[in-house]
Formats: sequence, C-alpha cells, structure tokens
Amino acid sequence: MIDAHLPVLQIVIPLLTSPLCILVRANRRVMALVIATCWLVFAMSCRLLYLVSQQGAITYQLGGWPAPWGIEYRVDGLSALILLIVSGMGAIVITYAPTSVDREIPVEQQTLFYTLYLLSLTGLLGIVITGDLFNLFVFLEISSLSTYALISLGKHRRALVAAFQYLVMGTIGATFILIGIGLTYQITGGLNMADLASLLTQYTGDHATNRTVLVAFAFLSVGISLKMAVFPLHQWLPNAYTFAPSVVTAFLAATATKVSVYVLLRVTYTIFKPHFAFELMPLDVELMGLALIGILWSSTAAIFQQNLKRLLAFSSIAQIGYIVLGLSLASVGGVTASVLHIFNHALIKGGLFMATGCLALRLPSLDLKHLHGIGRRMPWTATAWAIGGLGLIGVPLTSGFVSKWYLIVSLLGTGTETNEWRLDHLAAVLVIGASLLAAIYVWRFVDVAFFREPTAEVEAATEAPLRMLLPTYFVIGLTLVFGVWPTLPTQLAAQAASAVIGSTH
Amino acid sequence: MSAETRILLLLVLPLLTSGLIVLFGRRPNLREAVHLSLGSVVFGIAASLAGPVFHGLRPELQLGELVPGFAISFRFEPLGMLFALVASGLWVVTTAYAMGYMRAHHEANQTRFFACFPIAICAALGAAGAANLLTLFLFYELMTLSTFPLVTHHGDEAAQQGGRTYLTYLLGSSIMFFLLAIAWTWQVSGRLDFVAGGILSSAFHEGRISRGGVTLLVGLYAYGVGKAALMPLHRWLPAAMVAPTPVSALLHAVAVVKVGVFTILKIMIYTFGASLLNETGASLWLMYVAGASVLLASWVAMHQDNLKARLAYSTVSQLAYITLGAALATPAAWVGAAMHIAMHAVGKITLFFCAGAIYVATHRTQVSQLRGLGRQMPWTMAAFLLGSLSIIGVPPCGGLWSKWMLATGAVEAHQYPLMAVLMISSLLNIAYLLPIPIAAFFAAPEDAADSHGHASHDSVHQDAQQHGEQHGGEAPLLCVVPPCLTAIGGLLLFFLADKVFHVLSNLPDVISN
Amino acid sequence: MTMPLGQFESVLGLYNYWVVIFLMMTGFYVVMARPNLIQKVVGLNIFQISVFLLYLTMGKVRGAATAPILLPGRTEYSNPLPSVLMLTAIVVGVATTSLALALIVRIRETYGTIEDDEIVAKDKQP
Repeated sequence: MIDAHLPVLQIVIPLLTSPLCILVRANRRVMALVIATCWLVFAMSCRLLYLVSQQGAITYQLGGWPAPWGIEYRVDGLSALILLIVSGMGAIVITYAPTSVDREIPVEQQTLFYTLYLLSLTGLLGIVITGDLFNLFVFLEISSLSTYALISLGKHRRALVAAFQYLVMGTIGATFILIGIGLTYQITGGLNMADLASLLTQYTGDHATNRTVLVAFAFLSVGISLKMAVFPLHQWLPNAYTFAPSVVTAFLAATATKVSVYVLLRVTYTIFKPHFAFELMPLDVELMGLALIGILWSSTAAIFQQNLKRLLAFSSIAQIGYIVLGLSLASVGGVTASVLHIFNHALIKGGLFMATGCLALRLPSLDLKHLHGIGRRMPWTATAWAIGGLGLIGVPLTSGFVSKWYLIVSLLGTGTETNEWRLDHLAAVLVIGASLLAAIYVWRFVDVAFFREPTAEVEAATEAPLRMLLPTYFVIGLTLVFGVWPTLPTQLAAQAASAVIGSTH
Repeated sequence: MSAETRILLLLVLPLLTSGLIVLFGRRPNLREAVHLSLGSVVFGIAASLAGPVFHGLRPELQLGELVPGFAISFRFEPLGMLFALVASGLWVVTTAYAMGYMRAHHEANQTRFFACFPIAICAALGAAGAANLLTLFLFYELMTLSTFPLVTHHGDEAAQQGGRTYLTYLLGSSIMFFLLAIAWTWQVSGRLDFVAGGILSSAFHEGRISRGGVTLLVGLYAYGVGKAALMPLHRWLPAAMVAPTPVSALLHAVAVVKVGVFTILKIMIYTFGASLLNETGASLWLMYVAGASVLLASWVAMHQDNLKARLAYSTVSQLAYITLGAALATPAAWVGAAMHIAMHAVGKITLFFCAGAIYVATHRTQVSQLRGLGRQMPWTMAAFLLGSLSIIGVPPCGGLWSKWMLATGAVEAHQYPLMAVLMISSLLNIAYLLPIPIAAFFAAPEDAADSHGHASHDSVHQDAQQHGEQHGGEAPLLCVVPPCLTAIGGLLLFFLADKVFHVLSNLPDVISN
Repeated sequence: MTMPLGQFESVLGLYNYWVVIFLMMTGFYVVMARPNLIQKVVGLNIFQISVFLLYLTMGKVRGAATAPILLPGRTEYSNPLPSVLMLTAIVVGVATTSLALALIVRIRETYGTIEDDEIVAKDKQP
C-alpha cells in the first residue's frame, strides 16, 4: 500500500514539513524535525531503489490523471540511483550540520536555514522523480531559489554578492530551459517525457530540418549546462561554494550539480535521443571539447587558489568535466562511467567539504597559509581530508579510481575495431594528465597540514567534535569501501545506464 | 599454516609492525625490539614460502576488488619470490643498522621514520606477489607515498626540494604513462593477469594492436615505471639522497628501485612475452636506450665527489643493466636480469651502509676526504671493498654471475654492441668505485684539521664535541656489523649462484614463450 | 503549417516572435551590461516576461477559435494550457524578483552601494 505511493510521498513529506518548521520556530525542535525527515526520505529512496531493481520502472499518476495529460512521476534505474545519492547525502550532511550551523549562522536565522535546506532537498528530489518537463522546471526553481537564500546566509559579506550572482546566472539558465520546453511543446503539444520521446521521433530522425526543434534543443542544452557549471558557464560556482556556509557547500557540492547532470542525461538520452543529439547535432564533440578544456583549466586554476574551499570549488568544476566527458561518449560504458562518477564524486567531494567544515569550525581562516601544521592539532580531520583528496586524484583503493578507470577504458574503447587514432584516445591521455594536476592541488594541503610547523592560531585549535567527525568519516569511509568493493555502485550505475540507453531503441 | 594465510601475513605483519611502532613511540627500546622481531618473522614466513615456490607450487590469495572483475590478488612465482626474499631479508639487517645510525645522530621524529619503513616493505612484498597489473600498480603507488616522509625526513629546505622532485617524477610518470599503459593493455587484450608467454601476442595477431602500438606500449611501461630510473627520468634518485642513509640503503638500493626494475622485468616476461618482443622488435630501442643509460650514468658517477651521489648514479647505471636484460628478451638475459636484482641489492646496500657508517664516525661525505680512512675504520672499508667488487663483478663476488648471464643474453640476441657496452661499463665501475677503498687503505690520511673544516659544512646534527669523541674509531657496532654481514652475503652469493640460477632457469614460465 | 507563406507574411505574420525576440535580447543585454543591481533585476524581469509572451501567444488559435469557455455552437478553442503554465512561471518570477530585491537590500546595508564595480572595488580592499 505504502509502496504504491512512495514516489509522491518522497516529495510531499519534505515539502509539507518545511512550512511546519516555520510554525514550530524553536531551533532545536526544527533541527530534530528536519533531520528525522531527511532520514525518512532517505529510507524511502532506498526502498524505491530496491523496488526498481526488482520490478523495473515505477510510474505514479498524480491525482489519478493518466499521462500524458496528468503529471506523472517516474522512477527508473537512473532516477532511483540519483534519488538515493541526493537523499543520502542530504541526510548525512544535515546530521553533521548542527554544530557547524551554530558557529556560522546567527541564532535567529537557524530555523530559516533548516527550512530552506529541506526545501532545497525537495526541489532536487522533485527534479529527479518527475516525468513531466514543465514540472521539472518548477522543481528546478524551488531548489534554486532556496539555494540562493542558503548561500546568502554565509558569514562573509561576499556571500551576498555571490548569492546574487548565482541568482542572476541561475535564473538565466532556468529561463533558457523554459524557452526550450516551450518550443518543444509548441512543436509536439506534449510535456510528458515519455510522450515527448515518441512524439519527437518524426523530427529527430535522419531528416531533421525542423528549426524549432533544433532551437529548442540548443536552448535546453545551454540552460542545463549553465546549471551544471560546465566550462565556460561555471563563473557562478567558485564564489557560491566559497562563501556559502560550510554545510551548504557540502550539500550543494554533493547534490546540486549532479542533479543538473541528471537532467542533461534525461534530455539528451530519453527525450531527444543520442542519434539526434550526438550524430545530427554535434553535442558530443562540443561537450567533449568543453569538458577537456574545463578539466585542464579548472584543475590548473585549483592549483593556484589560496583558499581551501575555493580550491575544492575549482576541483568540482573539473570533476563535472569528467562526468560530462563520459556522457558525451553516447555509449553504455561512457554513461556508466558518468553515473558512477556522479555517485563517487558526490561521496568524495561531500566528504571533503565536510572535513573542510570541521576546519572552519576551529580556525578563523581557510587560507592555506593559515593552515600550517593543522595535521598535528586536528589529526583526524586532516587525515579525512587527505583520504578524500586521494579519492579526488583517483588513487587505487579509493572509489575515485574505479570511476576514472571506467572512464579511461571507455574512452580508449571507441574505435578499437578500426585501430584508428581518435580524439577520444587523446582525451584519455588528458584525463590521466589531469589526475596529476589533482595530485598537485591535493598535495598542497597535505604538505601544509602535515609537513609544516603549526602557527600560533593553529596551535590554539582542537580536534573537531565527534558529532561532526563521525558523519565525515562515514562518508570518507564509504569512498574507501566502494574502492575495494566496487561491485554495488558499479552494478547500480550499469543498471542506470541501461535504463537511459535502453530506452533509445 | 596454509599458503594463503602466509601470504596474508606477509602483507599484514608489516602493517601491524607499523601500528605497533606508533603505539610504542615513547619507548624506543620496546619499539625497536618489536620492529626487529616482527621483521624476522616476516622474513621467516617469506623463506618458508620460498621452498614450495621454487619447487613449482604457485600459492595464491585474493582480496577485495579494485574494479569489478579485477581482484587484488597475489600469486607468488620464483621471480617474485626471489625479490620478496631479498627485500624482507635486507629489511631486518637495515632495521638493525638504522637503529644504530639514527641513535648515533639523535635524529628527531624517529617514530614516524620507523613507522614508514614497514609500510614500504609491505608495498615491496605486495608488488613482488602481485598476480595482475592493477595489484602491482597499487603497491607501486603505495611504495611512493610511504617513502615520501622518509625522503623529507630532515624537513629542511633541501629535503623539501628533494622530496618534491621525488614525488613529481615517481607519481607523475606512474599516473601519466603506467596507468595509461595498463588501461590500454586491458583494452586490447581484455585481461591483466600475469601469464607465461604474455597476454598481448594474441591481440597483436588478431590485429587489435599494431606493431607501432606494441612499441609505444613498451615505451609507456619503460618510462611509466619511473622507479626503474631509466634515463632521462633518473633525476629523482640522486634527489632522494637527501634522506638519512638507512633510507638510501634499503629503499634506494633495494626496495624502491628494485620494485621498478622488477616491474619492468615482470611486464616484459608476463605481459609482452618473448615471442612477441622478438617478432615485433618492439623492445629493440629500449635495449639501446638502456645501454646508453648504463654508460652515461657510469660516466656521471665518475665525476661525483659526494659519496652518496656517486653511489646513486652507480645505481642508475646498474638499474639500466636490468632494464637492458629485460629488453633483450632471451632466456639468459632474463635470468641474468633477475639475478642482478638480488646481486646488486646485496652489493649496493653494503656500499650505502658503509657510506652511512663513515658519516656517523667521521662526518665525512666527500670521496676526496676518505683517504687513509682504512686505518681508522678497517672493517667498514673492507666491507666497502667487497661491495665494490660485487658491483664490478669480480670473482669471488656474486655480481660476476649476473653480468655473465646478461652478456650471454646479449650474444644470444645477436646484439654485440650491447655486449661491448657491458664490458666498457664494468671498466667504468672499476674506475669510480675501486679508487675509494684503495685510497682509504694505501694513501696517507688527511690531517684532522682539514677534515674538521669539511665537517662543519656538512654537519647539521652533530656538535663539535661529539665529533671529537668519535674521531679515531669505528662507527657504533650496530652500524658496522650490518655492512660486514651483507658483504659476506655477497661472497656467499658467488657460490650459491648456481642454486639461484637453477631456481630461475628451471622455470618453464620464464624460459618458455 | 500547410499553407506556404509569402516572404512578407513570414516576417509580419510572425510578429509575435519578433516582439518576443526583441524583449528577450533587451532584457539579456540589460542584465549583462548594467552595473546597477536593481537594473540587472529589471533586465532579468524583461527577459522572463518575453518568455511568458512566447508561451501565451503560442496558445492562440487564429480564426474561428475563441477563449476556452464552453459556448453553444463553438467547437474550436484556443489552447488554455500555456496560460496555465505561465501562471506558475509568473509566480516563480515574482519569487525570484523578491529574493533578488531582498539580497540587494542586504548588499546595500553591508556595502553601502549597489553598483557592481564599486562592490568589486570594495572587496579588493583588505
């Protein structure tokens, strides 16, 4: 009985809890309520994933209106996995949050913070679960608006400017998506994704000359790329990540951009089909080129950052590049690598930002020059950071290695029948080379933290409380577990990839 | 105890040792006792495995997966077993030596220093037993990371600089080339395990990789394994000499560099296979690059006045011998290369031990300061002489046999110029090694004031008074006995060489192709 | 779609799109080029409203069709769905604008200015 309504409960429960939070007001109670809700949502998405792997895609008609007229929620292998990632990271980060929130956010705004967090989570979950394109836009805006407000809660005054910048860029991106949806609707008269996919086949075949469809596709892909922070549309990201409260950064880095990648996967693979997107339209070459430039440029930029959060933010742009690279291959292997990296990078970067949040709790500044010798005063936190960093580089035994391995193998895999040299092979070399750049920027922290003498302000620091360390180590530990036991995530990613690629035939 | 358990213990015990060392950090004697005793146990286990392996058994062990389908798995064959024996055996000797050295120097952070040692040994043992390329790669990287704190141990600017070079070269080459080569190998052959006769030849015959592709792949492996210090990627080795001497001894004469050449040898034998290499000529260029590396490094070594730098360049040259043997791809050459791993390890560790003992006793670091030292430190300089003879390959030292086999291999492959390279290089070895013990025994000693002047330049940790105390005698016993032991080991290997040869050459999976 | 349009009509007959494109580009330009944050928000609004127009005009069916109200004798109606969608989009737009304005108030409080370049200059000072 409950199983049948899980898809809608997943959204409705957090959505209704957030106004409740405002009514409750008392910070402690709101915190408990939000944490409980997040874990409940996580439990539901686990159950959904289990159901999907047992019986295939689940659909839910809202209000009993059948698709394509009513709004449909649809959970398949891909969306179930992304739901799990988003709700899982959401739950862990909020469990970790209270201590950090107490330090970074004024008491009177804390209720607001928890409410917005829940709303943002709702929006992200909604984007993933909905099967209706316009509904997707609405959820996108729910999550975006609450994210803008969350970022503006940062301590530094530049948080306000960063939030405003993100608001402008994000709204432009969302409006582009809205234009794309409108033009698609104009041609087909449909908004349901599955319905659109069949309606569009006559326009996306070999003789695709319908300009409206082309323009719609262009608007959609640019809009989504903006939300995804694909190079060169990434300008909003470094400031937003750097000046947002630590908890918010950890949450966003683990979920928000990943969900945008999900949207791109849906639009290119489910709705417009790879044949149109990658063969008639040159999206594969464009994405691959931009991804490679993005990886190299942002990794290099990360090396020269002084602020630890900013360094990680640039690294995030580079990692988005890896994900996009896999996506651009239009093969089962490529999409598997992409989805796997979404999963692994959510854990790694989430864990890294959580460790960074522990540092921010004890130190006045996160500039590298103020972190000298922190490994002696906060050994557990610094070790967690270092392990996460190894995952970022892609050292074997961490989950980062597994997804990079899949990515490299699928890059090398194209064109082997003909034994010819292709751009993909060059891309494989560049991907490996970029790991070296990652090694350099990760090493900068390790060097500073473990091989330098502590400064005065570092001497005063003490280890972060267990309440924050435990969730951090839980996430960091998972990156190690999935590094030596990669079967589960790999199977889930393969299942997800076949869910999107399989639907193209 | 089953073979599986023993393999697991080989890997776990060093890590346990490391943990205990950290635990007992405040009680140095207990710490060192644990280190020595567990080290001996590890060597004992390796020795107990060696018998069955040399008689044809292949013990295996599987742990978790790295990538689905690729387990972290181990399978000891004679080549790996030999390497494991050498590494674990010399570990015990080095530990004893390091205790003497570090205490005589009152070094700081000794616990961190000793805790990193066993991890590096774990990496060496894991690499020795690795059953596939990914496992090998994993332990190869572990080796780099665990030895970095040892290289930068002093923490001053020079150590930082050396450490940076060390890390850049080793991590850079391995990620950039080695990993790429592994991925490529997997892509064309669909497997990564080590198989007699190689895994790439069928891929070549089915046209999935071209002749040029194989040649490029050989290059990616040869330079991806930066620890083999093939020129021009050798710079990290002299840079790593900023480390305390026990580190240079164990890691940069035995564990680290030998993991490099061992990896190359193993890849040539079990990934490419002799028939593919001979058929395509893919490793022809590598022979000549290695040959050039042998000569050039010897030439550079001759012009180094710093003793450790001279030994480092000598190592670069000797490693190129092994790479050369691996590239020759004939049975004799491979056996010779494998033997040279052991022979050179014993010889070079002796020389480094002596260099460290000299530094402890007199604080001299330059070759030109060693004249007449034979009267003051007869045992040390005698060991140095024997070590030099072993490296040069003069009877009655083990080094003779490996060089002999390598030369035979060059003849087998009809590469006569390379045979000439080996000859000339032996002459160069004489020219840069032998003058040191000869001058020490037969030249008149420098006057004390002069050496004192030098010492104040080089000394960081030792004050003048202590210098005065130790002047005029041997280094502490713990610094003198180990080099004598390894020097005798070098002599023994001369007589045991036929056993080693037997073990290596009777193996169908080394010789057959 | 079946009726071939003359060149003249292809320009004038699609006048609603020209209006939309003009508004869109105006809004986009204002967002990008103006340093004043309020003006940026105004630009953003113009940009969003052009999209509302795009949707609204596409729902209109020319000729005999009427507004979608059930009347006797009428069988053709304009499509009501785009208008409904735009109700939601307008709500989103209002929310965005109010959030943006709230941020501007806070920025003005802490920086004392709402000019983009001046804010950047103030942040550069230590």
